[in-house]
Amino acid sequence: MIRIRGLTTRIGGKVLHDRVDLDVRQGEVVGVVGASGSGKSVLLRTIIGLYEPVGGTVEIFGRDLRALDEAGLHALEACWGVLFQDGALFSSLTVAQNIAVPLKEQLTLPGNLLDEVIALKVALVGLPGDAAAKYPAELSGGMRKRAGLARALALDPPLLFLDEPTAGLDPIAAGAFDSLIGDLRASLGLTVLMVTHDLDSLIAICDRIAVLVDKRLRIGTIDELLRDPHPWIQAYFRGPRGRAALSGRG
Amino acid sequence: MGDSGAGFDMTREEDGFVLHARGDWLIATAADLDRALRRLDQLGAGEHLTLDLGGIDRLDTVGAWLVRRTCGALESRGVANSVENVPPAFAPLFDQVAKGEQPVPLVEAPRNFAAVIEAGLRYVGERTVEAGAAARDLMGFFGLIIVTWLRVLRRPGRLRWVALVAQMERTGVGALPIVGLLSFLIGVVLTFQGADQLRRFGAEIFAVNLLGIGILRELGVLLTAVIVAGRSGSAFTAELGAMQVNEEIDALRTLGLDPVEVLVLPRLLGLILVMPLLTLYADLMALVGGALMSWLELGITLPLFVRQLHGAIGEWTFWVGVLKAPFFAGTIALVGCHAGFRVSRSAESVGRLTTLSVVRSIFLVIVIDAAFSILFARLHI
Repeated sequence: MIRIRGLTTRIGGKVLHDRVDLDVRQGEVVGVVGASGSGKSVLLRTIIGLYEPVGGTVEIFGRDLRALDEAGLHALEACWGVLFQDGALFSSLTVAQNIAVPLKEQLTLPGNLLDEVIALKVALVGLPGDAAAKYPAELSGGMRKRAGLARALALDPPLLFLDEPTAGLDPIAAGAFDSLIGDLRASLGLTVLMVTHDLDSLIAICDRIAVLVDKRLRIGTIDELLRDPHPWIQAYFRGPRGRAALSGRG
Repeated sequence: MGDSGAGFDMTREEDGFVLHARGDWLIATAADLDRALRRLDQLGAGEHLTLDLGGIDRLDTVGAWLVRRTCGALESRGVANSVENVPPAFAPLFDQVAKGEQPVPLVEAPRNFAAVIEAGLRYVGERTVEAGAAARDLMGFFGLIIVTWLRVLRRPGRLRWVALVAQMERTGVGALPIVGLLSFLIGVVLTFQGADQLRRFGAEIFAVNLLGIGILRELGVLLTAVIVAGRSGSAFTAELGAMQVNEEIDALRTLGLDPVEVLVLPRLLGLILVMPLLTLYADLMALVGGALMSWLELGITLPLFVRQLHGAIGEWTFWVGVLKAPFFAGTIALVGCHAGFRVSRSAESVGRLTTLSVVRSIFLVIVIDAAFSILFARLHI
């Protein structure tokens, strides 16, 4: 699904990623972790084409993003959903109108079906029904995040990019989110690339984990990474929080 | 049904109808499926329908929900139904979609004439009440600033001197080029137009009187106020508004800092100090423009211009203009900062309130100018 080769990015003269390689296969959930400021969000934004890398290629669905023309990119953008850190909802639109934006852009649905689909998406992410008519400024942080997810899921995309999806959610909502992603993957064959710090959701739903250390990615399953001698990785997974999360694993 | 590969076939078997779903039941095909499924409404009560989903290749949440909605609709009309052969991979989707059973309140637009009239009246009424509330708010904010100011006066060390000087630089020095250029041009235009009219009476020398009194009493300070409202008043609103969006103002409060003292006072005081100087500068530039135009167009030399100007203006003419400057400055800073604090957490409200702050401060500046006119007329100056 995603094939990254030799990706190098530089922000403000500082190299954030140095010849990074990453493959995400169909139906896989890959989590990206790393220290604060190590460039996880930048990596995500580079993959979806918001940042121009200094070098390297990004291929999604086997097509090089930078070689695509306008129409090709537009078609490709319908195939993925993106959830930004703080939801990034359009603040002048209600939640329902926010969800309608990708639906109207990519499809022509009759009005009543559109309303029904919006109601479905609102319910899927666990928002109360009256939240649909509210503006983002009237919602709490966790609700904005769910509304953002509803917009990202609007087209039922086969590929989902999530930036800190469970940060700021209460543990119950975070657990519901994990099971939603798990169910969607089981039935839609959803592929997910997510930046997260939530060890529980890393363990619960990620097949592989990519750790961003020293400007490179170290990729593997949790068991493989546990054997990695790198001090940051050891501190991450063997710290008190990591141990607590791992001990809950079946 | 449909050529997109998604659809279903109906067959009649001994225990009722069977719907054989096939193809991709996805959001992309949902419009066709929706239309086709609505035709099932023809089934009468007492019939039985089996939905056989074995033939579905791909299913997403919308497809799953269409199945569920159809079942619900049939149920409510008394058509017994059952779902069979759900591919195991799709089972969790149906569980997820089951959460989707909730009505979403949709806002209806008014349709008939009475409703439109009512909405119009309500709009006017709401706006009137809002305007009243905004005026009351602004007065409250004014009072708050005075209280804060009195507190700071007792301990002048609390005033943010660095911020004050920085604000004076931004609102004063930064405005010099645009204020100078526009005043110069207004001086040129006023002289030219005045001379053009007065020439008919052979009195073009009085264009200097027109220029002197017009610029010094009214135009110099008004022009400066309008530019400052557009430049600095809007900046105050946008800055404070962005800080409000970022929760920076709440952060200040929790650190025991008074936002009015830290943010508003330097801006207000800086603008009040700088505006008379800007007005003086604007007056000068306009007179320079007028003098240049008089010399080029009317052949009035500089000594003659100065003598004529000196005869035209009284001892109060200049002060009438400059005295108004601090009041205008206070109004612009007050309205700008107040609007900034009223920003809610959305990008749209920053833009709306910035517009509002510029419009409202220019409006108030002109109202105050009119009040001053009346006052000066009573004082005979």
